[in-house]
Amino acid sequence: MTDSKPSTGGVPVPVTPAGATSGAPAEFPPAAPAGRGMFGNQGTGDVSGFGGLVRPQHAIEDSPRPYGGYFDEVRDALEEAYPAFGEAIEHVVVDRGELTLHIRPERIAEVCQVMRDDPALRFELCSSVSGVDYLGTDERRLHVVYQLTSMTYRRRVRLEAAVSAEEPHLPSVTAVYPTADWQEREAYDMFGVVFDGHPALTRILMPDDWEGHPQRKDYPLGGVPVEYKGAEIPPPDKRRSYQ
Amino acid sequence: MSASNYATERETTEGRVFTVTGGDWDDVVSGVDPINEGRIVVNMGPQHPSTHGVLRLVLELEGETVREARSVIGYLHTGIEKNLEYRNWVQGSTFVTRMDYLAPIFNETAYSLAVEKLLGITDEVTERANTIRVLMMELNRISSHLVWVATTGMELGAISIMLYGFREREYILEIFELITGLRMNHAYVRPGGVAQDVPDEAIVKIREFLKMMPKRLKEYEDLLSGQPIWLERTQNVAVLDVTGCVALGVTGPVLRSAGLAWDLRKTMPYCGYEDYEFDVPTHPDGDVWGRYLVRMAEMRESLKLVEQALDKLKPGPVMVADKKIAWPAQLAIGVDGMGNSLEHVAKIMGQSMESLIHHFKLVTEGFRVPPGQVYVAIEAPRGELGVHAVSDGGTRPYRVHYREPSFVNLQALPAMAEGGLIADVIAGGASLDPVMGGCDR
Repeated sequence: MTDSKPSTGGVPVPVTPAGATSGAPAEFPPAAPAGRGMFGNQGTGDVSGFGGLVRPQHAIEDSPRPYGGYFDEVRDALEEAYPAFGEAIEHVVVDRGELTLHIRPERIAEVCQVMRDDPALRFELCSSVSGVDYLGTDERRLHVVYQLTSMTYRRRVRLEAAVSAEEPHLPSVTAVYPTADWQEREAYDMFGVVFDGHPALTRILMPDDWEGHPQRKDYPLGGVPVEYKGAEIPPPDKRRSYQ
Repeated sequence: MSASNYATERETTEGRVFTVTGGDWDDVVSGVDPINEGRIVVNMGPQHPSTHGVLRLVLELEGETVREARSVIGYLHTGIEKNLEYRNWVQGSTFVTRMDYLAPIFNETAYSLAVEKLLGITDEVTERANTIRVLMMELNRISSHLVWVATTGMELGAISIMLYGFREREYILEIFELITGLRMNHAYVRPGGVAQDVPDEAIVKIREFLKMMPKRLKEYEDLLSGQPIWLERTQNVAVLDVTGCVALGVTGPVLRSAGLAWDLRKTMPYCGYEDYEFDVPTHPDGDVWGRYLVRMAEMRESLKLVEQALDKLKPGPVMVADKKIAWPAQLAIGVDGMGNSLEHVAKIMGQSMESLIHHFKLVTEGFRVPPGQVYVAIEAPRGELGVHAVSDGGTRPYRVHYREPSFVNLQALPAMAEGGLIADVIAGGASLDPVMGGCDR
């Protein structure tokens, strides 16, 4: 914010209180890393006691067996049908009644093939492919998440593969699940994950000449301040955040 | 082709281009043999009345036969998923309701179910809230299918059905307005329950609707089902079998019209759907005609569901008891038309400092959701509507991804259109029922 104010068309604008624009929390950029609040106490008059508040982050941990439900069966069936199980599966997590298999990224297409074709697994439908950016909490920050559905057994399982932003490559699963075509394009568009072997990996939602990948956590939301009754309301990502 | 005064020709990198300035059309096209001249690329949309919104199709034609079809989307991308990350969990409802604007209740319900699962309060959602959700979703399914039959009829040349379809949809929107206050974009289904109870006059209106609608559905079928043009335009058009559907991820009425009775309300029930009696209509042919029949039958099933939901409605709370998740006070519309609760204001301002603090914290900050991720899917009018929600333990969603059936189903368009006639592109595309607001998000 500068001292030169734009014309407000005759609407009286209150004088900015002294100190209000000198790095008070509302002016900080959004909390980019996960779990870090905006109460950054860096030489400001913040006396709230929340200075530098950081929530603890938890590493991905394997769930103990038995998982319960059909999860044990799925894991055992995959272990039997897929010889490289020990090497390819990084973690098996059961949380909130859902099974997540963390897969080494280079193995994802193989695992999907087995998940689809093995008679004891039969995950015929790839419901969804999307990304999550765990900036600041995971070195391989870009996670690609696959939701597989078995119509035969009425089961769901989630596969998750993590890649780094510097080397965001993993094999495409379009050969196994043609429906992943557009969804991988969306993940590429939004997160910059490159799916090797995809037939035409281009942007899908953003214009072709767009720069950057909007769903990444270090990509700003954008927006302009809005004036309301003389007061200036900052855009959503510039507002004071309580996390 | 002879040089003509009316169509100057020039060579470009794309090939020979003719610029038509006027004159006798026969002269202009006399030298052009559409088959031998190779393929013509036609750009259909994004502003085209029969592409169901801002969908652009790039069609490569040989005569009237479509050789290649590619859909281009993204014209309605509004970054809702990104915006959600900058608002608290409750505010999310107002965003997601705007995605698929023909099925707002479904967007809200899927979102609410995901947040509830993250919070671990799925079982605490009251029976009345679940019944109201089912009631609203099924009404919404009917209104969405009505728009489908209306617009598809119009696109294939049956204008009258368009007027009737929108007329009945308007009736449902009036019911929605009575219940939620808004015709669209309701933000009515919230994490923990629904925003407010159903008023008695809405029940009366829904009962009237249930009486009226079967007759109206019969009228639509009288208009369409025996009509030779409708039959010609829909039967054996844009066929996609079960294998194709599953490979391309197509769900919903399109998959059921190919013969597979896959309906999440039956196969993976939520919101208490297992306690309702209804059938899952299917059709063996997998063509546009089958999709029409399936959707008409689904509207009848939805009427059955609405009736059962009305009978099941027992008095009780519509929100979870936890006041941290429910709004601090049940708001009512005051004389000034704004939502307010004088009783609550009197309490927080006059009696209880604690309540005031809680109110302030909950409204400005929102509630916290324990870290983790869930995927919840429901049966929307267009197929599986899935929500992948990730929380980092804060008061805002860390990431919410919508698996939109419009987005996924639209991938099947080339499979339906290529090799067929250009007129059938319209029928095939319409039969997928894409809503671009949902597709592009």
